[in-house]
Amino acid sequence: MSEVKFMKGNEALAEAAIRAGLDAYFGYPITPQSEILEYLAIHVPKRGGVVLQAESEVAAINMIYGAAGAGARVMTTTSSPGFSLMQEGISYIASAQLPCLLANIVRGGPGLGTIQPSQGDYFQAVKGGGHGDYHLIVLTPSTVQEMADFVYLGFDLADKYLTPVMILTDGALGQGMEKVTFPDYDPAKKKVAKPWATTGKSPNRSKNVITSLYLQPEKMEQINEELQAKYTKIRANEVRWEEYLTEDAEVLFTAFGLGSRIARKTIQLAREKGIKAGLFRPKTVWPFPYQRLKELAQQVDVIMDVELNAGQMIEDVRLAVEGAVPVLFHGRMGGMIPTPEEVLEKLEANLQPAQAGISQQEVAL
Amino acid sequence: MSTQQDLICEQIDNIKMAKVYERPDSLLDVRMHYCPGCGHTTTHKILMEIVDELQIKNEVIGVAPVGCSVLAYDYLDIDMQQAAHGRATAVATGIKAVQPDKYVFTYQGDGDLAAIGTAETIHSANRGENFLIVFINNGIYGMTGGQMAPTTPIGEKTATSPYGRDRATMGAPIDITGLLAQLPGTFYATRQSVHDAKAVRKAKKALTKAFQYQKLNKGLCIVEIVSNCPSGWKLTPYESNQWMIEHMMSLYPPGDVKAPSKEDLQS
Ligand SMILES: Cc1ncc(C[n+]2csc(CCOP(=O)(O)OP(=O)(O)O)c2C)c(N)n1
Ligand code: SF4
Repeated sequence: MSEVKFMKGNEALAEAAIRAGLDAYFGYPITPQSEILEYLAIHVPKRGGVVLQAESEVAAINMIYGAAGAGARVMTTTSSPGFSLMQEGISYIASAQLPCLLANIVRGGPGLGTIQPSQGDYFQAVKGGGHGDYHLIVLTPSTVQEMADFVYLGFDLADKYLTPVMILTDGALGQGMEKVTFPDYDPAKKKVAKPWATTGKSPNRSKNVITSLYLQPEKMEQINEELQAKYTKIRANEVRWEEYLTEDAEVLFTAFGLGSRIARKTIQLAREKGIKAGLFRPKTVWPFPYQRLKELAQQVDVIMDVELNAGQMIEDVRLAVEGAVPVLFHGRMGGMIPTPEEVLEKLEANLQPAQAGISQQEVAL
Repeated sequence: MSTQQDLICEQIDNIKMAKVYERPDSLLDVRMHYCPGCGHTTTHKILMEIVDELQIKNEVIGVAPVGCSVLAYDYLDIDMQQAAHGRATAVATGIKAVQPDKYVFTYQGDGDLAAIGTAETIHSANRGENFLIVFINNGIYGMTGGQMAPTTPIGEKTATSPYGRDRATMGAPIDITGLLAQLPGTFYATRQSVHDAKAVRKAKKALTKAFQYQKLNKGLCIVEIVSNCPSGWKLTPYESNQWMIEHMMSLYPPGDVKAPSKEDLQS
């Protein structure tokens, strides 16, 4: 039976993880996501599973490696500085092709920064972060409901592709409370066989080894090619996005997560003023929905990208748009949240020159 | 007509050959990359002898470090995970958390365990994790070409302490086994070596106990193998053992540092 609750995003994520059959969680406290560890510490012991407070994020991600390699359904969560510490381990996990779920409840940086919400870790999440040629599947929730939904999806995608999946969200969604419905989900039905896991070598199979080391460059290249073939498959099958009022849109907002909620409100204000605005919201930022955005770029006069950073996803937006239309930008940094009013103001100030075809470089951003 | 030679051959044929030594089943018959005379080889062998003797091959999961033994899984016919440099005990913690009934061990050098992985090592012990750390202390970074380790003796010349390890600027050798022994989560801490037959027998006994103790769920076991690195030390295998006895064993004397009492052993 599905169940409706009123919860913080962090709690919804934690509750969904338990319902998704979490075997083990390893993490280290950091604001604004400590509620996840706290919630799991209360509920997991009663419902079965392991919760372990590690000595650092470095240790936590390597515990994830070990437990995932031993065949368990595992998750860790952290916020920006902690996610930076995990990068080496994530690279190893991607290379060893282990399924796990990671969440970064982003706060403002760089450095120790602020505990206020931000989207400053887009580059880190989408363009690498750790060393080597790898990708994470990156899911970006925009509601507390999606904070829960993407947990089930994330675990299932991780198992399907044997890859780490990440939820990229922020402190506002983590701490904000909304209604959330937990669907029927039977982890036993979703369980996949993991014949590669290190569970002790039984006489009827050869030994299982979890590794990312291939000293022969020919072999290492082959492993890389296998990874790239997997990423090609993911790009073909797992691109997800949402559109809002795009049918007649002349102005297209692009935004993810919290930014998309500000863009939605801006669109309402814009439409009240007769500006036909719509929203394109990637739900997966890797793989990024380039194709659909490219199509939409043919239909609109101008695109405005809204982010809680100095402009990171905008690079993918521009890649998709290929210069077909001007791409404006509005962002705030360091934990400041843009208001719909200021976004609209920026749009109005730049709309006419943009519509007149003046290139984005000439438009004051 | 039988010649003297034929007669001897016949006699030999009649002798029943008793097998006094064989390669343990779990040690694969492949060429190892270890340098001649290196303690890694002997330690691998006795570990796999124990796995066979205790008949726990289907219940063992090993963790290989980054160091000369990074490829241990190529030689040992058991399930293994390769860990990032220094993170073997965190990986083992993850494995043991979800496979609590299995025998889990890490195999780590002094750079891996006592430098980059110190935090993971100490906190695994402090949580009383029920796995075994096999700690190969050769006082040097073998894999990367003979740089100074935290366990390098004072005065010892290495690639990164070309004038000898200077206490004032490079610190003193760290005794990790002694440190861990002080934590309540450590159940058994012992120092051994594998440089001669007697030492090998003792080390094997200690390792066997350390495996068996895992079933008591009473905490971490660490077996330090004070070892050599003929290549890194630029000595012959024989000289390296002499040097080890003189310079390493005085710093890291063999023997139990923390042994469980009779009551401790009650399950
Ligand atoms: C993060 C990281 N830093 C540095 C290295 C390079 N590195 C590989 S092995 C090693 C030291 C190995 O020494 P030790 O642990 O004593 O093992 P031994 O080779 O002597 O058996 C170093 C520094 C690495 N692989 N990863
Ligand atoms: S470099 Fe040293 S530790 Fe490494 S295999 Fe050779 S002798 Fe052994």
